[in-house]
Amino acid sequence: MNARTFDPAHHLIEKEPYYEAVGDEIQLFEAAWRQQIPVLLKGPTGCGKTRFMEHMAWRLKRPLITVSCHDDLTASDLVGRYLVKGGETVWVDGPLTLAVRCGGICYLDEVVEARKDTMVVIHPLADDRRALPMEKLGQIIEAPPEFCLAISYNPGYQSVLKDLKQSTRQRFVALEFDYPSAELERRIVATESGVSEAVSGNLVRFAQLTRNLKGSGLEEGASTRLLVHAGKLIADGVSPVTACKAAVAQAVTDDADMLKAIQELSSSIF
Amino acid sequence: MAQSPLSAEHIEAQLHVWLDTEFTFYKVERVAAELARLERDHQDFILGWIRRIASTHITLAWQFGQRAPALLMRMERRLLEAWAVHTCDTFDRSGLQSALRVMEQADNFDENKRRNDATGVLFEEVSPVLGNFICGLSGRRLRLEEGDGAWTDGERLVLPPLIAALPGETDNFKLAKVMVTLLWAQTRFGTLRIDFAAIGARYEDPERALTRLLALETLRLTAHIAQELPGLHREMLRLRALLDPPLPPDWQAFATQLATPGTPLEASLSLLDDAYALDSCPSWSDQGVIRPDAIASARAARLEKEKARLRIKLAELLKEQPPDNLTTTQDTSDKPRIEATAQDENGKLDFEITLDGAPLAPPDDVKQLLMSIYLDFGEIPPEYLTPAGDGEYDPKQVFDQPEDPDAVWHGTYHEKGAELFPEWDHGRQHYRKNWCVMREKAVAPVYDRFVEDTLLKYQGVVKQLRLKFEALRDENRIEKRQTQGDEIDLDALIEALAEARDGREMSDRLFVHQHRTERNIAVAFLVDMSGSTKGWINEAEREALVLLCEALELLGDRYAIYGFSGTTRKRCELFRIKTFDDAYDADVKARIAGIRPQEYTRMGFALRHMTKLLNRVEAKTRVLVTLSDGRPDDYFDVYHGQYGIEDTRMALLEASRTGIHPFCITLDREARDYLPHMYGSARYVILDDVQQLPLKVTDIYRRITT
Repeated sequence: MNARTFDPAHHLIEKEPYYEAVGDEIQLFEAAWRQQIPVLLKGPTGCGKTRFMEHMAWRLKRPLITVSCHDDLTASDLVGRYLVKGGETVWVDGPLTLAVRCGGICYLDEVVEARKDTMVVIHPLADDRRALPMEKLGQIIEAPPEFCLAISYNPGYQSVLKDLKQSTRQRFVALEFDYPSAELERRIVATESGVSEAVSGNLVRFAQLTRNLKGSGLEEGASTRLLVHAGKLIADGVSPVTACKAAVAQAVTDDADMLKAIQELSSSIF
Repeated sequence: MAQSPLSAEHIEAQLHVWLDTEFTFYKVERVAAELARLERDHQDFILGWIRRIASTHITLAWQFGQRAPALLMRMERRLLEAWAVHTCDTFDRSGLQSALRVMEQADNFDENKRRNDATGVLFEEVSPVLGNFICGLSGRRLRLEEGDGAWTDGERLVLPPLIAALPGETDNFKLAKVMVTLLWAQTRFGTLRIDFAAIGARYEDPERALTRLLALETLRLTAHIAQELPGLHREMLRLRALLDPPLPPDWQAFATQLATPGTPLEASLSLLDDAYALDSCPSWSDQGVIRPDAIASARAARLEKEKARLRIKLAELLKEQPPDNLTTTQDTSDKPRIEATAQDENGKLDFEITLDGAPLAPPDDVKQLLMSIYLDFGEIPPEYLTPAGDGEYDPKQVFDQPEDPDAVWHGTYHEKGAELFPEWDHGRQHYRKNWCVMREKAVAPVYDRFVEDTLLKYQGVVKQLRLKFEALRDENRIEKRQTQGDEIDLDALIEALAEARDGREMSDRLFVHQHRTERNIAVAFLVDMSGSTKGWINEAEREALVLLCEALELLGDRYAIYGFSGTTRKRCELFRIKTFDDAYDADVKARIAGIRPQEYTRMGFALRHMTKLLNRVEAKTRVLVTLSDGRPDDYFDVYHGQYGIEDTRMALLEASRTGIHPFCITLDREARDYLPHMYGSARYVILDDVQQLPLKVTDIYRRITT
């Protein structure tokens, strides 16, 4: 079986990615896209930011180019660089340039992880100029109206080192994401993983217990994504307590006592 | 092959030494004879403990030796060990008499009654897990403590030291878990809101009323648990089936009435009259007891404080609101209207605050307060929601204040407001819990010309420092001939192309890489301020610190400077000279100038505290540099010789275990033989000449951080 390969600039998402709106974020995003304003998604890990982007790309019928930012991401990684091929230099577009050229959605995931100097290249794109200067080529590309820039970050990190600069954040329309309400989360987990409503209700309740632990030994409670993982395991025949251990407890902590405590919480519910 | 047992003579000789029989006149022959009959394994175990306890107190070791051989036959080793450690702890805390009493308790050890002890769970084993477990359950933050039974006052959950009702360890743990959950449920679902005094007054036999009320409440809370934690409820029923008689028939009706999920507290209260009339009363092994006095006193202390805290917090919250939000209220009434609604559903308790109908996002600490108040009243009383006026409360009375470290000595309770640290007792091979009473103090600043004079004196050195350290500053540089990079290295490319034409292999190192590293180091300096540093050493230490600060300011590393000294474990003092957040300003300079020799060298607590502080700082590399003049030593205490060395060694090991790099600079010229052992995990350097210290210290720092 061969994996399918896509050209990111022309690939459109075919099937509707499942997404349950928590508030009016879909409407807001569409309005921002029409008005050509870049978007900032805030929220804890695993609460549906990336899924939301996929859903919006599908809705707006634009290619989605995602860049996961890391602390070694340079401006060239985004814009592009010369490579040597057969004794000659060839210019290769970076993902950001690609997205600008094809009028797609460029999504910079976990943007605080990127080095601060890297972020400056997106500034001219993120204000009313909407242009990407490419110094090495000596060109400026003007973004078509369909182009959209979206970035995400998790304000839950308590580190002072990982914060967005004001000059960056004040260019964006911000959409705040949080874990969905219990009712909604139950529906999401049930739909995504295929477990019964009752099981997904218990999973959500379990997640709330772990979220109570945030700040007293846990950095972050169980995210919706982890619940979906646990749900899928359960749907595949794994016992709920084992599934919670593998998919949730082990994923959120390494601390032995905390692990045991989380297992005790899951065994109290199932 | 099992080792052959030790002979009575051999054991006797050892006991003579450990128990100092020449002076104590203990008759060790009988104990030795008894021990000689045991297997070697048992002998080693008991003798090991006699030796360890003897390092704490000889009488205790003697008492232990007399009892242990008989006890070992009926008691699990794990429990015997826990008992021995408990005895030593009691001795540390409250002296010989109390420790002897603990020792004697083992005599009442009843085999039949305690037949499950071997599989019992000790509080210290379950508390780390269950402590986190109850944090996960919603409601007020609760502490788990060890005590004389299972009860709660609404802020603490108390469990007995040993839970051993069942023959299996897993089941005993489950029982402990059910116990804390039931106690938690008391705080969460209203049991503690009952006015116990009024109930006591209403019935002829208050005790009878209380037991029946507890039984009714247990039934009601069980139903709540069944709803919230079905898995635990299943376990609960299984354990009850093993341990408790079935519910008396006349109680069945109550159970049915209270079994509906979400039954409020009033339902149990309304059934109390009927239950009081019944002669039978069920009690479950997991239900604990009710202590109305403890509940009332904790509640009384909490209520006013929390009311004041909430009102102050609300006032702060209002101040943060943009003014135009508030102007509308001026027309209707003079005060903004705050409302709080609790959402108590699906096991989740959440609060919403509205200001004149517009929702406000309450910060977490306000939510915690609302939660606690809600649990006390079942609602948020309106008078709690009027923001405090300016100066209405004295914040000193409402929020916990740090104690003035000097004022404590005028009081009687020396440990008040201090931080307690454990200390490693090498004889006992165990920590002495909460042994060192540590306080942070500020060094009294001296505004003189010390810093300027030092800079003048070492003018040449400072200039050199600048050069050396500026070179060290890891600046962005371009690395050529890399396999990957942002741009093409033209030189390399031309060369490679030429080589390719020549028929040779073309290099793939054709790129230029921008190297950017941020130095990400946090360093804490711990300076010996003991009396022995008086004179030259103190002077040299202060000069060294000035030069270090100069260098570190150049590098931009984050750093803190603390001094330590102590007189006995009750008075361990850590002197703040510069915290990580302080800037190197006139005050810090004055504090460096103000460093004066204090008392003795007790090092363990200082290392442990610095480890804690360092671990709070976000940095890739954490370094702890100790500057001291000799071996650890304290006044009129066990803290000298081997004991002090072993404790210091342990504290350094603890530090490196958390990922800190300890480094020691020592000026001790006499006995160097113990240094490699003491510094074990840490690297160290010995300076012969005190005068060298200011010159060498920056060099050393440069070496260890590059």
